[in-house]
Amino acid sequence: MSRYLLVKLLEALVAIWGVVTIVFFVSRVLGDPAILLLPVGASQQDLDTLRAGLGLDKPLIQQYAVAMLDMLRGNFGISFQHNRPAMDVVLERMPATFELAGTALIFGTLIGSVAGAIAALKRGTLAEFIVMIAALLGQATPVFWLGIMLILVFSVDLGWLPTGGSGTIAHLVLPGLTLSVFVSASIARLLRSSLLDIMREDYVRTARAKGLLPHTVFFWHIARNALIPVVTMIGIIAGELLGGSVVIETVFAWPGVGRIVVQAIQAQDFPVIQAGVALVAAIFILINLLVDLLYGVLDPRIRRR
Amino acid sequence: MTKAPLLEIRNLTVAFDTPSGTVHAVNDVSYSIEEGETLGIVGESGSGKSVHALSMVGLIATPPGRIVRGEVIFNGRNLLALSQRELFDLRGREIGFVFQDPMTSLNPVLTIERQIAEPLRRHFGMSASQARIRVIELLELVGIPDAEQRARQYPHEFSGGMRQRVMIAIGISCNPKLLIADEATTALDVTVQAQILDLVRELKRKIGTTVIWITHDMGVVAGLADTVQVMYGGRIMESGPVRSVFYDPRGAYTWGLLKSLPHGERRGTNRLYQIPGNPPDLTQEPVGDPFAPRNPFATDRCRVETPPLVNAPDSVPGHKVAAWYDLRAEIQRMEGRP
Repeated sequence: MSRYLLVKLLEALVAIWGVVTIVFFVSRVLGDPAILLLPVGASQQDLDTLRAGLGLDKPLIQQYAVAMLDMLRGNFGISFQHNRPAMDVVLERMPATFELAGTALIFGTLIGSVAGAIAALKRGTLAEFIVMIAALLGQATPVFWLGIMLILVFSVDLGWLPTGGSGTIAHLVLPGLTLSVFVSASIARLLRSSLLDIMREDYVRTARAKGLLPHTVFFWHIARNALIPVVTMIGIIAGELLGGSVVIETVFAWPGVGRIVVQAIQAQDFPVIQAGVALVAAIFILINLLVDLLYGVLDPRIRRR
Repeated sequence: MTKAPLLEIRNLTVAFDTPSGTVHAVNDVSYSIEEGETLGIVGESGSGKSVHALSMVGLIATPPGRIVRGEVIFNGRNLLALSQRELFDLRGREIGFVFQDPMTSLNPVLTIERQIAEPLRRHFGMSASQARIRVIELLELVGIPDAEQRARQYPHEFSGGMRQRVMIAIGISCNPKLLIADEATTALDVTVQAQILDLVRELKRKIGTTVIWITHDMGVVAGLADTVQVMYGGRIMESGPVRSVFYDPRGAYTWGLLKSLPHGERRGTNRLYQIPGNPPDLTQEPVGDPFAPRNPFATDRCRVETPPLVNAPDSVPGHKVAAWYDLRAEIQRMEGRP
């Protein structure tokens, strides 16, 4: 077990290093932050001074080496924009992202599971048809469009809810709902097909031949097995959402990690971009590790000793 | 007055409504089985042997399955008229099942203990600890060593033969009056198959359950069953005491099956006999003897009128055949030809 975790940890470090390296070079191609930071018409001398101050006058490979060594020590540099440690700037945004992602995951999973189970159990009925059409629409609708439409209806026309920002439950409703729609649609579709697959398994027939009552057969023999792929999917979605739902956070002006990274990219605030991306990658990998471990709990065939 | 049979099936007819038409899976099957008897049912895939057994206790999906008509009298009750709830109480308790392919018939994510304990807890209301004692007992009964420790393991930690033993333990857990084994040895290699058959014979001696053994292996039936029933195209073609049916077959299909078995002594010299033609298309409305198109002895009557299952002339009591032709006379004529 400890060996397994060690391997996973090394894999995670390599993955984070790879991601940060790519982001480091790509962001430097984008442009010169000194020009953005100084007012229009600043002198060449001012620009050079600022570049030297930010460490941008050194050869690229040297900048890279310095950045990597600093990162190993947990130092992601000082934000160009905020003049504070870049990682602090990103970490401050985590609670908001957790709040939104958690809401979407909880409601999306609940609604998606119930809808998926109904669709599978009521095979061939109107209920299944309605659920599947709704899920298809939910999955196919771009979240930014859905977000904007909800703002138009509930905030602009009806005036019931704020258009953006955060702080109260009312602020959470629209972005939470938008993400829940996507999450629940994905889960409903996967759970339905997974349930229908498992219902055909021989061991379900065995369970019924034992005289077990339908709810026992459903929960212990069908759902228990059908959940395995769904858990993986929830893990992937959780990783994506906790990394900051870039689009939704932007549409609803939600002060999360996704939004701060987008702002950093616009301002070419390299340290914040790097800190944000490294954090998001680490979260994604951590969630995947948790899913892996959970998998072992759900499925004894791949349980590790 | 003779005792009523444990199970009596009358005119059981089962169909499946599929997009490519109605499949006539079981047609007018009637037979009875005495308490303590072991009945072997042989037939090829699609002969209706499994479907008829599953349909008796509501284990086929409806739809697409449909019981067209018939009665299944088990222990004085018509199973086809029972409510869902009554069927739940009957399955596993009074009729136990052992299924084919132990690789897929056990739930991969539940322990062996749990899977054997389920019917005990359901039907006898046993507590977890009571059930546990019985589970260990059952595992020892079916010949699984280290039962206590093995009970905590999962199906993938067992070999095929051991899983089949577990399946049998599940089937007999509640001491059912009738045990239906559906191709229970088919997925096993020959030596393991022999061990399982030994086990079943021993269990029968110990607990005296009535057994219906469904298989396509004539050898298994010969070694295990008292009576045999040969099915083809959803019908019973021939039935009776094993010795009589195997040594003195009266149906052309049984004869063809027996003739196609390897005998060993003529190694490499002859090709094995092969029944000509293909299995019947069950989407066609059954007319006449289903085996007629492949039967070299078929008469015109065979093709238009379905023969009833009646006592075979000059044979032992209980040997029945559904045939318009006289197989013995036909074979004599064939062999007597110069």
